Amino acid sequence: MLSYLARRAVYTVPILIGVSLVCFALVHIAPGDPLVSVLPPDASADLQKMMLAIYGFDRPYAEQFAKWIWRALHGDLGSSIATGRPVAEEVLKAVGNTLRLAVVATFVGFLFGSLFGFVAGYFRDSWIDKLASALSVCGVSVPHYWLGMVLVIIFAAELGWLPPTGAGPGGSSEWEWDWDHLRHMVLPALTMSVIPMGIIARTVRALVADILAQEFIVGLRAKGLGDRGVFLHVVKNAAPTALAVMGLQLGYLLGGSILIETVFAWPGTGFLLNAAIFQRDLPLLQGTILVLALFFVLLNLAVDVVQTALDPRIERS
Amino acid sequence: MATVVDRAIAVEVGSGEAATGYWTGVARRLSRDPVAIGAGLVIVLIVLMAVFAPYIAPADPYRGVSLRRLRPIGTPGYPLGSDELGRDMLSRLIYGARLSLFMGVTPVFVAFFAGSSIGVFAGYIGGRTNTLIMRTIDVFYAFPSVLLAVALSGALGAGLGNAMLSLTVVFIPPIARVAEAVTTQVRSRDYVEAARASGAGALAIIRAHILGNVLGPIFVYATSLISVSMILASGLSFLGLGTRPPEPEWGLMLNTLRTAIYVQPWVAALPGAMIFITSISFNLLSDGLRSAMDVKQ
Repeated sequence: MLSYLARRAVYTVPILIGVSLVCFALVHIAPGDPLVSVLPPDASADLQKMMLAIYGFDRPYAEQFAKWIWRALHGDLGSSIATGRPVAEEVLKAVGNTLRLAVVATFVGFLFGSLFGFVAGYFRDSWIDKLASALSVCGVSVPHYWLGMVLVIIFAAELGWLPPTGAGPGGSSEWEWDWDHLRHMVLPALTMSVIPMGIIARTVRALVADILAQEFIVGLRAKGLGDRGVFLHVVKNAAPTALAVMGLQLGYLLGGSILIETVFAWPGTGFLLNAAIFQRDLPLLQGTILVLALFFVLLNLAVDVVQTALDPRIERS
Repeated sequence: MATVVDRAIAVEVGSGEAATGYWTGVARRLSRDPVAIGAGLVIVLIVLMAVFAPYIAPADPYRGVSLRRLRPIGTPGYPLGSDELGRDMLSRLIYGARLSLFMGVTPVFVAFFAGSSIGVFAGYIGGRTNTLIMRTIDVFYAFPSVLLAVALSGALGAGLGNAMLSLTVVFIPPIARVAEAVTTQVRSRDYVEAARASGAGALAIIRAHILGNVLGPIFVYATSLISVSMILASGLSFLGLGTRPPEPEWGLMLNTLRTAIYVQPWVAALPGAMIFITSISFNLLSDGLRSAMDVKQ
């Protein structure tokens, strides 16, 4: 198993390099000058040259990339062209806010998703199964930014129970786990949880149906094990895969939060990306995407490792 | 999409009464699946709506009357209300099907060809070339799809073409992966070995023995991506990265109507409902197609 882990970790290195290459390339596939947002349109050629030199945009690509990676490894992602603040600082603050939202949403999604999935798998082809399957299809087909809007319409605009946007009185920087802040989280977290809920419900349903059809279940029943005992065996067999799916979903939510954060004005990475795109702040765009993608790759690695540790049946080649 | 649907239907019709044919079986199983039939009908209706928009829309989708802004659903002359510029919602929703479908379906369609070519090539060649291609594909796989789509279209700049290009890039890796996996499986079958032994060239083997066996599963997988693509394409427009105003497109309409949720909440929610209906129909049809074609994934 140790050698598997070592190989899996080594395999991650080229992926990490590839991912940073893509992030680096983002600035260079962008049309026009990377400094378009700081320079006035009538800037002289000399000034433009000087600024390009200051940001290092005049060096060969390979050198720029090497320098960028070297700095990134030391926690320096450059500074935002629009605000001049360090990108790493901005991104870390935003990642905290997004992570909080995504973790809660994944947890809620996992809880209800596995509940629906279990019930559906146990009572296959019953009306409960059909209902749970219908709900999970809706979960994966609904445009979640629209669902967010509909929830705002119902719970904020019509009923006035919950705030429509924002992250609470502390704004983007100070978060407390109190009701004043939590009530701001209810709608975005609920909206976000719908996707993992649908996917986890589907996975768990298939897993449970699969496990129940296996011979060892018949064996367990034949030796006189009660429903509760059998249930525990099913849970134990389904858990590693279900948890792995949950871990991956967390990564997807972190990376895909931009639409939901835009709807709810949640001060996370999505919000930052939005600002970076529309101010054409390329270093900020590059840095945010790099951090999110690295997080996703490492999360994938962690999920694999945990799954291997939890499930001795997995023999990786 | 129209072409893809047409082809599936043509196959059903073309195989006629030959009860032994594979496609006849698929068509028969599909016709016994009421959910898939229903979803297919909804998609046909939406496509017809898009094609014949000028004939069915009651009003001009671009012309607004500033005195009649944000009218509720059921206002005389405005069956589904009016938007923030006083344009008829029903007409804009009908016209919106054009761009929304086009933006959602085209990237998957293009990615289907590009991704299958890459995947079949890599799978057939095998060895180091395969490893090199698939490891490169893995890099793109390392980005969550929404993030990659937003990153690419954000860097390229807002616009319909850039948004569709980004989505195509997002969908090529997953399709190539599926194509590579099934091709690798089929390649090791005895009949491929036999064809090679009897002197058939690579192209002939791919055409005669590989494609027929791999395109089905890849196609089913690609159809399952259309639903995601519809949501993402409209999502990019919703963020302001896709279509530009005043074009009627469901995602963009949802964005411009966001400010109106305190005035006419249910009018503002309508474009999203259209995206939802379209996306769920594609999902259900794809599910039906998968079980009818007996593709395991």
